[in-house]
Amino acid sequence: MLRATILGIGLWGPGLFGWREGRAVLAGANPFAHAEAKPPAPLLLPANERRRAGPAVRLALGVAEAAVAMARNDHPALDPATLRAVFASSNGEGAVVDDLLKTLADPTEAVGVSPTQFHNSVHNVAAGYWSIAHGGRAPADSLAAHDATFAAGLLKALAETVAEASPVLFCLFDAPLPFPLGACRRTDFAFGMALVLAPQASGAGALGQIAARFDPRDAALDRPHAPALAALVDGNPAAQSLALLEVLARGEHRHLAAPLTTGHLRLEVTP
Amino acid sequence: MTALAITATSLISALGRGKAATLAALHARRGGLVANPFPGIAGGGFIGRAPEVETHRLPAPLAAFTCRNNLLLDLALATDGFTEAVAQAVARHGPARIGVVLGTSTSGIASGEDAYRARDPRSGALPANFDFAHTHDFFSAARFTQAALGLAGPAFVVSTACASSARAFVDAAQLIAAGVIDAAVVGGADTLCRMTLAGFAALGLIASGPCRPSDAARDGLSIGEAAGFALLERGADSPFVLLGYGESSDGHHMSAPHPEALGASAAMRDALRHAGLGADEIDYINLHGTGTVANDASEDRAIAAVFGDRVPCSSTKGFTGHTLGAAGIVEAVIALLALEAGLLPGGLNLTRVDPEFRAHVLSANVERPIARVLSNSFGFGGANCSLIFGCR
Repeated sequence: MLRATILGIGLWGPGLFGWREGRAVLAGANPFAHAEAKPPAPLLLPANERRRAGPAVRLALGVAEAAVAMARNDHPALDPATLRAVFASSNGEGAVVDDLLKTLADPTEAVGVSPTQFHNSVHNVAAGYWSIAHGGRAPADSLAAHDATFAAGLLKALAETVAEASPVLFCLFDAPLPFPLGACRRTDFAFGMALVLAPQASGAGALGQIAARFDPRDAALDRPHAPALAALVDGNPAAQSLALLEVLARGEHRHLAAPLTTGHLRLEVTP
Repeated sequence: MTALAITATSLISALGRGKAATLAALHARRGGLVANPFPGIAGGGFIGRAPEVETHRLPAPLAAFTCRNNLLLDLALATDGFTEAVAQAVARHGPARIGVVLGTSTSGIASGEDAYRARDPRSGALPANFDFAHTHDFFSAARFTQAALGLAGPAFVVSTACASSARAFVDAAQLIAAGVIDAAVVGGADTLCRMTLAGFAALGLIASGPCRPSDAARDGLSIGEAAGFALLERGADSPFVLLGYGESSDGHHMSAPHPEALGASAAMRDALRHAGLGADEIDYINLHGTGTVANDASEDRAIAAVFGDRVPCSSTKGFTGHTLGAAGIVEAVIALLALEAGLLPGGLNLTRVDPEFRAHVLSANVERPIARVLSNSFGFGGANCSLIFGCR
């Protein structure tokens, strides 16, 4: 069994602008209203990098920063420069990939692509900018598993928390893809979430506990109770995390399934 | 960490298909780079192209996965007895206790490039037969491999640019250490495609001739393609093991290495710590050694800081080209061949080692028994990974 304590949460999705606002919606205290907004600019990045960062990087850095800031309220020694990180995204910075593919397919663009666009197209672009923002030397991983990205990413982040006996930042995000790539891969809206995971019960400031294991039996994804939130789940691979976020917002004790390509990640969440 | 058994490996690259072909090329100092024949791709330079891909076909039930990257992976599965070794591991552990962690930087994006060239001129839509999820998508590589091997454990792709398939060893080792799985198929693939050829050309990093890592006159890299695998198993008997891993970030720049190489030296020190080894216990270092002016100089500073000038080192990218996300598995298999054959391959196309360098760079092959090899892989985003392999 993989056990971890959640020390910080970051969130950005339609009508869920940050954990403080989003938590009230997820807990049912405030009504859900579908609205989209641009994630805040990643102020930690040097001005040059901030200008170059694409939409997925902005989304990822926003939720990662918010989760770490929350964790630091009760754990000021937690330093983002030395914090291990696992970034997970089905499509990475897909908008930049789409733009490069359009350029490469255009016979009049014989000279080719922008070097900045090229290095911004790698899947680990968010992980890279995250460590640049903090001058960090801690490892920053970058994973993809299509529709299983939430389950695979969280499984890997929990395994790293246990294997390295160290806190790990888990950041899950996907941003909308432009046409025509967007026609092949549904991403209706931007959705990002981040958790700061710590290896054992850490006393003050714990936002919930997770016990997890890989179960080789297939199981359907658990969705949020609230129908309006459940309706979001299919609109973005990262929105598969909504049931977990709802449980954490409500302070419930609940078992959740998140499917992998074969089998599923079995989560037990306790307040 | 507890040493992890490596019970099988396989490789296909510009040096040929299989470990015997790879070792023969290293012994004969016969590189696989040829002048870039692709028309219309800026940069030109030399490339390392894998054999047999054009004529290979996937088995019918997996035909939807057809793209150059998965064809390369399938060739690697059918090489060096790898698929048979996995079947034996399934008998030992069960299919659900074996994970698949593969590294790739661009997966099947070559199929996406073709699809964008075949867009409907009026609507701009991609052709109806373009199967994004099975080809272009990052995860396609792991999904295909898991299906081809009939495995049922967790599977995902790690994509940390040119450190991807080295990092796959780390992710799998952590899953095994945490008790999630007992064994893992690791490795990865990257394919020659317009995106990377044009991208590195735009960065001004493509060498005019075959790349010359560590040479005073080096002028860039040559891109290659490759696929390879390793089977990691807890508690198995095998002559070769993964002794340690180290990882770090530069926290400096997306595509330029840290000038003092603090991230790279941190990754190597972390690998030594995980392995419980001192710097003087490493017998050979396979460098990341891309052949660019900045990478090789930065890496030399890191090696000198951790190892001084005592440990012989070389880059084998003059043989294979820089296989990007596959470089980690290519050089892991070469490191294991070095241990098995007692061969320290000297750098190819290396006529004069950069006089500024302080590390002990090999420009000719050395044959002697060795016990431990460290392999470096560094990627865009400042992602660094060092692996240490050894004899049991």
